[in-house]
Order: sequence, then structure tokens, then C-alpha cells
Amino acid sequence: MAKQRVVVVGNGMVGHRFIEYLLESPAAGQFEIITFSEESRLAYDRVHLSAYFTGSTAADLALTTREYYRDKGVNFVLNDKVISIDEPNKCVVTQSGRREPYDKLILATGSYPFVPPVPGKEKEHCLVYRTIDDLGRIKVSGSQSKVGVVIGGGLLGLEAANALKGMGLETHVIEFASRLMAVQLDDGGSKLLRRKIEALGVKVHTGKNTREIVEGTTCRYRLNFTDGSFLETDLVLFSAGIRPQDELALTCNLGVGTRGGFTINNNCKTSEQDIYAIGECAAWNNQCFGLVAPGYQMARVVVSQLTGGSEQFLGADMSTKLKLLGIDVASVGDSTARTQGARTYCYNDDFAEQYKCLVVSEDGKLLLGAVLVGDTEDFGNFQQMMLNKMALPANPQGMILPGIEGGKVGLGVDALPDTAQICSCHSVSKGSICSLVQSGTTSVAGIKAATKAGTGCGGCAVLLKQVVDAELTKLGVEVSNSICEHFAYTRRELADLIRVNRIRTFPEMLNAHGKGHGCDICKPAIGSILASFWNDYVLKPEHVGLQDTNDAFLGNLQKDGTYSVVPRIAGGEITPDKLIMLGQVAKAFNLYTKITGGQRVDLFGARIDQLPAIWKLLVEAGFETGHAYGKAVRTVKSCVGSTWCRYGVDDSVGFAIAIEERYKGLRSPHKLKFAVSGCTRECAEAQSKDVGVIATEHGWNLYVCGNGGMRPRHADLLASGLDRATLIKYVDRFLMFYCRTADRLQRTSVWLENMEGGLDYLKSVVVDDKLGLGAELEAGMAAVIATYQCEWLTTLENPEQLKRFRQFVNCPGKDQDLAYVVERGQRRPATAEERKIALVNLEE
Amino acid sequence: MNAISSNWVTVCSEDDLVCGSGVCALIETGGKPQQVALFRETAAGPVYALDNHDPIGNANVLSRGIIGSQGDKLVVASPLYKQHFDLQTGECLEDKTVKVPAWKTRIHEGQVQLKI
Ligand code: SRM
Ligand SMILES: Cc1cc2nc3c(=O)[nH]c(=O)nc-3n(C[C@H](O)[C@H](O)[C@H](O)COP(=O)(O)OP(=O)(O)OC[C@H]3O[C@@H](n4cnc5c(N)ncnc54)[C@H](O)[C@@H]3O)c2cc1C
Ligand code: SF4
Ligand code: FES
Repeated sequence: MAKQRVVVVGNGMVGHRFIEYLLESPAAGQFEIITFSEESRLAYDRVHLSAYFTGSTAADLALTTREYYRDKGVNFVLNDKVISIDEPNKCVVTQSGRREPYDKLILATGSYPFVPPVPGKEKEHCLVYRTIDDLGRIKVSGSQSKVGVVIGGGLLGLEAANALKGMGLETHVIEFASRLMAVQLDDGGSKLLRRKIEALGVKVHTGKNTREIVEGTTCRYRLNFTDGSFLETDLVLFSAGIRPQDELALTCNLGVGTRGGFTINNNCKTSEQDIYAIGECAAWNNQCFGLVAPGYQMARVVVSQLTGGSEQFLGADMSTKLKLLGIDVASVGDSTARTQGARTYCYNDDFAEQYKCLVVSEDGKLLLGAVLVGDTEDFGNFQQMMLNKMALPANPQGMILPGIEGGKVGLGVDALPDTAQICSCHSVSKGSICSLVQSGTTSVAGIKAATKAGTGCGGCAVLLKQVVDAELTKLGVEVSNSICEHFAYTRRELADLIRVNRIRTFPEMLNAHGKGHGCDICKPAIGSILASFWNDYVLKPEHVGLQDTNDAFLGNLQKDGTYSVVPRIAGGEITPDKLIMLGQVAKAFNLYTKITGGQRVDLFGARIDQLPAIWKLLVEAGFETGHAYGKAVRTVKSCVGSTWCRYGVDDSVGFAIAIEERYKGLRSPHKLKFAVSGCTRECAEAQSKDVGVIATEHGWNLYVCGNGGMRPRHADLLASGLDRATLIKYVDRFLMFYCRTADRLQRTSVWLENMEGGLDYLKSVVVDDKLGLGAELEAGMAAVIATYQCEWLTTLENPEQLKRFRQFVNCPGKDQDLAYVVERGQRRPATAEERKIALVNLEE
Repeated sequence: MNAISSNWVTVCSEDDLVCGSGVCALIETGGKPQQVALFRETAAGPVYALDNHDPIGNANVLSRGIIGSQGDKLVVASPLYKQHFDLQTGECLEDKTVKVPAWKTRIHEGQVQLKI
């Protein structure tokens, strides 16, 4: 039998996917494929088009190659537009005059950017954002421009704005409607998005209609708006929506939808025999779909139709989750509450910059849609809930409110039916993922490779992992969270084993519960747990090998192998004499000196063999170690407080010092930082600390689990209006509870976020003592406090220990490879280049 | 290194080693000073010797790393950026193109010796 000729017009994302599906089908051999594109390249990833501005090349974006098509026998013609369909003779005609007969014709012509009929729109630097060539033009124009305007504040417009901003242009967004992303977001979400975008320096103008584009005076062009106002710009980017590319309909009487697009039925067939339409150019029920996933579904349907199957296209979910200018935005289902009788729950947090809104049915039983701005973690859950018509919990508000009674109501993936589509880009259902897991594909990476799930827009990644983990758990496979290859336990489990069995050393632990020799992960972790509970001197011979170099030498290792010296300066308070002493020591050893972000002084560049002499002077002057090297209590920052400050409510310095003295030396899963402010002006930044204390007229407020660093987190209020004794009691309990239950290197912020029941649970343990652990936790802390020692003092008193601070065990001497140069009056390590020029060793 | 006159060189006393950890010693090879990192897991166990220079972090620090195992290999983790080096061969487990010199060792009359 002769092969059927399948002609695909348009080699965009969907046209190409159709070809792939057809090639993958068992009936592939029955077809001869030829595809036309008016673009100069084969299909590429339009969804990630903007990556072209951040370093991706056309080759990176390519979805296929010429070699691949040739290999598979796919014929392709580039740079040639199909201009008409000769339906009676079953062939297409191209611009270059080529006639190509077909048995089946697939239209996959996509969309084109709509440019409103504004006079001046044809000017040289008025551009659109759809193809790689468009982006090339934008790059050229951008490099000759200072100001850029995007006309259209929809999803693509904001993406385009990001690109302009990335090129360093002063960027404006003009939107005709009264709000940004009017299609996907409600008022509240849109407002927050606007605020965030403006905070990034992009100027947003809503409710503006552009009348004309004329020559400018300060810039290349000037936009005159219908309200009489104007804006000068060098570049104009139109992003006022897309229109289905359906011009071919006119050439052969194909039916089109009321808002354009080739009309298709559930089989994706147009009004004409043997002609199908897929992707953005198709109108199903008068609706065009401007996302790639529905297009892929249509492609699948047509392949099914051509190969004797019966798959149908029955509409598609238009929920979207994306990052616009770095801001997380998601909309689910009927996000703007257009459904008759729809009601909403909204939560807006201007401080955390988060907005969440649920749209529910009139009877409050079903989730119809949602808007998420700032935090889109729940996108997958909400989408599934909406799509699968799952019953809402009794208090739907719990799904968006942070930390209300019982913690956030989540949707367990267990509740999802097997038919639930987890990845809509690649039509992968929960059932198919679960059966893969059951047949041995137990990693997310494996599932991705086998099904492509998660490799499209990426929006399903969180959900995918949840499904895999849940299935593994169901199968009784422990989702491995072993700390390393030597111990099949989490840090929390290790801590329990050590505490309950009163284990005192690493070898004891390894013999009883581990295997192998240990490593740089489990040794310091167990060293830290031993220290949290028994508080032995960390450099005892049986512990010394467990310590990271910082702990082993009681200093922070620097890039050149020297160490830094940070004495404790409790609360940041220091007498002039001690300050002078610090200066003298620094001078004597020529140490680079810097004030730290933790209100103390850091002395850098101490050689290992100098550390004891430096610390001897410091200890004699009354300093103690600052534990800057340990996963331990670091600093308690303070503001000057009521003693001097005219607003101070209470003595923040005094209390900060008392707290630092109490907890100094406490070893913990990760470092701990505290602060005390004397009033709500909060000059000590207590709400960014693990433990933050703020004085109020009614007593001290206690905040916990704040974090600066890589992922800042605002602290939560644990209790308010406390007296000093109660506050200390709560902090004792809080810290010990953390030391016992947190994971290795887990700051209190992440610990709380992973705690079942969240803040309420933490309160119930620490404040209400619901578990009855209070007294025990306090006793644990009392034991640590009672065994405090300044590790440097202990070390200096122990000649055996001091031997470890020799550079060489077999001779005196120092590391000869150290080299320094002077900068701003102090020395710093020489760079590799400087070393090449001359070895400038300033020591002596 | 001089392959012809390869022989055992005394480096330090056995007592200078720290069990479960490393120390650094200085020797001379071919007229040049050479920092050697010496490790020993347990009191009677074997001694391992690597060049003290971490070629990735570019500093003389390997003796200050934590020792342990990865699979059946004994390793030291650089204290700077935590790459692991095989205590027997000096090979870097994360980057096969990187290798630090390693020496054979023995204990002779209470002294640690390297085969040079
Ligand atoms: C010296 C100092 C910077 C300075 O010159 O000001 C500093 C220096 C280092 N910081 Fe820091 N941090 C310093 C204040 C801070 C602060 C500010 C504060 O404490 O108020 C923060 C943000 C607050 C916070 O932690 O929440 C901070 C967040 C970090 C982080 C990120 C932690 C996180 O949770 O994301 C790291 C990395 C880590 O710990 O894993 C880090 C790690 C480091 C290390 C240990 C990196 C390293 O491994 O070499 C640096 C070595 C210190 C040294 O050699 O002495 N440092 N670091 C500050 C010492 C304060 C002190 O007196 O002890
Ligand atoms: C910047 C940007 C970001 C986007 N982000 C997302 C996102 O995050 N998520 C999402 O789901 N979607 C996103 N989209 C939309 C997505 O890219 C489209 O839905 C998808 O590309 C549609 O595929 P298609 O094959 O139908 O059309 P296209 O990919 O546009 O392909 C159509 C092709 O046909 C060619 N053609 C048209 N007419 C003819 C003719 N007569 N003869 C020959 N060739 C012709 C066109 O030149 C084009 O190459 C984004 C789009 C853009 C521009
Ligand atoms: S927090 Fe209050 S007391 Fe402290 S310095 Fe600021 S204003 Fe003064
Ligand atoms: S939904 Fe887009 S990758 Fe899965």
C-alpha cells in the first residue's frame, strides 16, 4: 500500500510535537511526512523564548535538528509560507510556487502578535515578541536605546518588560485595562503584582490608551495617549495579545470561530474533509488556547485519529503558574470569579508580599479557581482540587491562611484519583506515575525520563515529587533521608539514639548503629549532637577527629589556610579598654581587622601556629571565645535601648548580654543568632533572628525562627508581654526542642516550616507544655549551661592540646606559601595574579 | 622525585600523629621543602601520607580535613571546599583529573617513615 502523505503546515511547538507523536506511533511506517515553515529554523521552544536574553542560544532552544528529521525521513521546507489550500485537488501551494499534494493536511500555524492600529506603529523601533528573529531585532534596538515601553500588561507583556529591564533599559508597561494580567488575576492579586513589579523599577501605567506614536524630543519616539498625557521612549514593544493565524481559511472556505481560529470538532477536524487544525490556530467551541499543553493534547488526538484510535479533545485547563520578573504568579481555573454565584476567600499579606484568593462555588463545596501571587507552592494542589472536583474541607480558608489552628489544610496527594493529570504538558496521570514507581522506577529523575513529566513548563514538579514519595511510602519503601552512607538515620533519629542510649563517643555510635568509617557529613553532625547533650570539651582526643577544621582549631578557616579570630562581645557592648586591647593584639600579629555584621570584631589572617599566642593575650585581657567557628550560639545583637535611647522602653543591652551569657557555647544543628531591641522601632533587627526579643510597654515579645542569609524569613511571634523569667523559660524549651528534633544544618526557620502543625504546634510545646516536656527540656538546658567552658581557655591550659597548633609536627616553622599585599592600610591574601608577579610575604 | 635512590625517610615520631585525624610534617625532596599530610584512623592502624597542598582550594590544608570512607575507599575531605581525596592513591573522587602525590609509609622503631 502506498504511504499516506501527511502535510504539516507550520513547524512550531505543536506541529513538531505532532510529528514526534506520529513517529512514535506503531503505525509510523504508513506515513510520509512533510512540513512547511515560514520561519528560517525548525521548531524551537517558544515557551522559554525569553531565555534567549539570558544566554540561551537558538541551538539551546531548538526542539529538533535537521539531522533528526532527515534520519526519520521527515521532509521539511523552511522559509516558505503556505499561501493557499487547493482543497478540490488536495494540495497546498507555497509562496515560492511549490505545490504539495496531501492525503491528510494538518494546520499548525499558531498565532501572530496583535498590533493595534496605532498611527506610527510601523516605525523602525516598534517591535513584537514572538519569534527568535523578533528577539534578535529587540536586542539590536535595545542596544541603541535608553528607554523602552511595552504596550500590553498581560503575561507576555510582562515577560517582555523583564527582557527590556534585563538589557538595562528604563522600562515602562502600558496597559489599557485598569490592572495587569487582567485575564488571569483578580484585583487583589493584580495590585500586589503591580507593587512588586514597581519595586523592581519597572514603571506601570494602567488605563492608558495609545493614540499615536510620533517623533520624540528627549527620546526617539513619543507616545501620545488619549487622555492627553504622553511618554517618551526609544523602543516600543507591542504585546497586546495574540490572534490565531487562520488566513488560510479564506483560500478554501474553512470554517472559523467567532474570535478567529480554524473551527475544530472533538476530533480536531476542521469543516473540511481530511484537514485538521491543532495548537493556537484551532478554535474548539469558539475558544483558542494560548498555551502549549492544549496544543500537545490536540496533536495527540489527531495522531490517534489518523492511526485508528478514538482519542478526543474535550477542552483544556488554562491554569498557569509562572515567574514574571522573578515574581511567582499563578492562576487556577476561574480565577476571576466569572461563574454565576461564585464566592471568594482572599488573604493579603503586605509584609510577606503574598496574596492568595480562592474562588468557590455558590454552595461553598467546590473550588472553582484561585489566584496566587508571591507564593505559588499550592498551585498543583489547587489545580488538582479544581479539576477533580474534590470536596473542599470544612474551613477552606485554612488552605490559604498561614498558621491558623491546626496548621495549613493541605491536599494529600493520596486523595487524588488515579486519573488526575499531574503533568498537563505531557498528559501524564497520577495512575501512570504510580504504576511506574511500582514497577521499579523509584526516582523522580527516572519518572521524568520515562514519561517526560515535568520537562515542559515545569509547573508540575512539586506535585510530581509528592506523588512519587507518597507511592514509595505506600509501598513501604522508606523515602531515604539517611544522613549519609554510614548511618541510615536522620539527624533527629541520631539525636534520639544518642540521648536515649546515653552514647558518648563516635566509635560507640558507629559500632552500635552505623557502618564503614564515617565521613565529613556524619562525623561533625554526631560531634554536634554529642556536644548539644553532653557538652564535653570538643577537642577531647575522642572528639577531635569529628570536628570540621573550624571547630578543630577554634577559628574560621580562610581561603589561604589561615584562620580568623572572633572573641565574644556579648550584646555588642565593649569597654574602650577592651577595644584598645583588641587593636593592640591585631597590631602585634598584623591581623586584618573588620567589624562584623554580628556586632563584633573579626581578626583575620592568623596562622595556625599563631592562634594560641593570640588567644593567650585575648584571654588575659578578659575575652572569651566567640564560637564564630561552631554550629553554636553566635551573637545576641542589641540596640542601645532605654539606657540611652529616648524611645527605649526597656534595657535591651542588659537583657541581650544576659541572654548571650546564658546560652553561649550551646552547640546546635545549625548556628543560632539572637537579638534584643529596646522598642518596636527594632534597631536590632530581632525579627530576622532565630530568637528575637522586643521590649513593649506590656513586657517582652518573643519572636522565633527568623532568618537572614540565603532565604530570609520573618520571625513568628511565639508569645508576648512576658517578664524576663518566663521569656528565658520559653527560650530554654525552644532551643532544646530544636536541638533534639532538627535536621543537620537546618536553621530554625526551615525546621519550623517543616514542622507538622507549624507554629501552633510549636506554641503548644513551648508555651502550653502540651507534651509535658517542659521541665525536661529546661533541665537539659540547665545541664549545658552548667558545663560551659571557654574552649580557648581550656585549650591554653592543656599543653597536649597546644601541640596540635604546630604547623609541622616534626620541626618548627610556618607555611611558606602564604603571601599578602597591602590594601587600604591592611594586608590581605595575594591573588593568583599578584602571586605570579612577586611573592610578597609581609609576615614577621 | 628521585626514583633511583628510593628509600625510607624518617618524618616524625609515631606519638606526633593524632588518631582519627591528620597532622602536617615538613620533609625535603629533591632539595625542595615538601609539606606532607599524615593520617591515622586508630592507634595501631596504618598511616597514610598525602601532599598537604589542596590543588583545588590552592592552600596547604589537607592535613586539617576530616577522614572517613566513601564506599570501600578511605578518604580525606578538604576542609576548604570538601572534595574527597583517596588516602591511598591521592586521587580526587569528585574530579578524576586531579590527583595529589601520595607516599607509602611504615612505622619503624616508633618513627613514621615515608618511601621517597
Ligand atoms: C564575619 C561575618 C561577615 C562580616 O564581616 O560581617 C560573617 C562571615 C561568615 N559567614 Fe556569615 N558572617 C557574619 C554575619 C552574618 C549575618 C548577619 C548577622 O548575624 O546578623 C548573616 C545573616 C543572618 C542569619 O544568619 O540569618 C550571615 C549569614 C551567613 C550564612 C547564611 C545562613 C543562612 O541561614 O542562610 C552563612 C552560610 C552558612 O552558615 O551555611 C554564613 C557563613 C559565614 C562564613 C562562616 C562562611 C565560611 O564558611 O567561611 C564566614 C566566615 C566568618 C569568618 O571567617 O570569621 N553567614 N552571616 C559576620 C560574622 C558575625 C559575627 O560576629 O559572628
Ligand atoms: C514569549 C512567550 C512565552 C510563552 N510562555 C508560555 C508558557 O509559559 N506556557 C505556555 O503554555 N505557553 C507559553 N507561550 C505560548 C506557546 O509558545 C504557544 O502556545 C505555542 O508555541 C503554540 O504552538 P503552535 O505550534 O500552535 O504555534 P507556534 O509555536 O507559533 O508555531 C506556528 C509556526 O507556524 C508558522 N506558520 C504560520 N503560518 C504558516 C504558513 N502559512 N506557512 C508556513 N508556516 C506558517 C509560524 O511561523 C510558526 O513558526 C509563550 C509564548 C511566547 C511568545
Ligand atoms: S530599637 Fe528603640 S530603643 Fe533601640 S535604639 Fe531603636 S529606637 Fe532606640
Ligand atoms: S505540567 Fe508542564 S511540565 Fe508538567
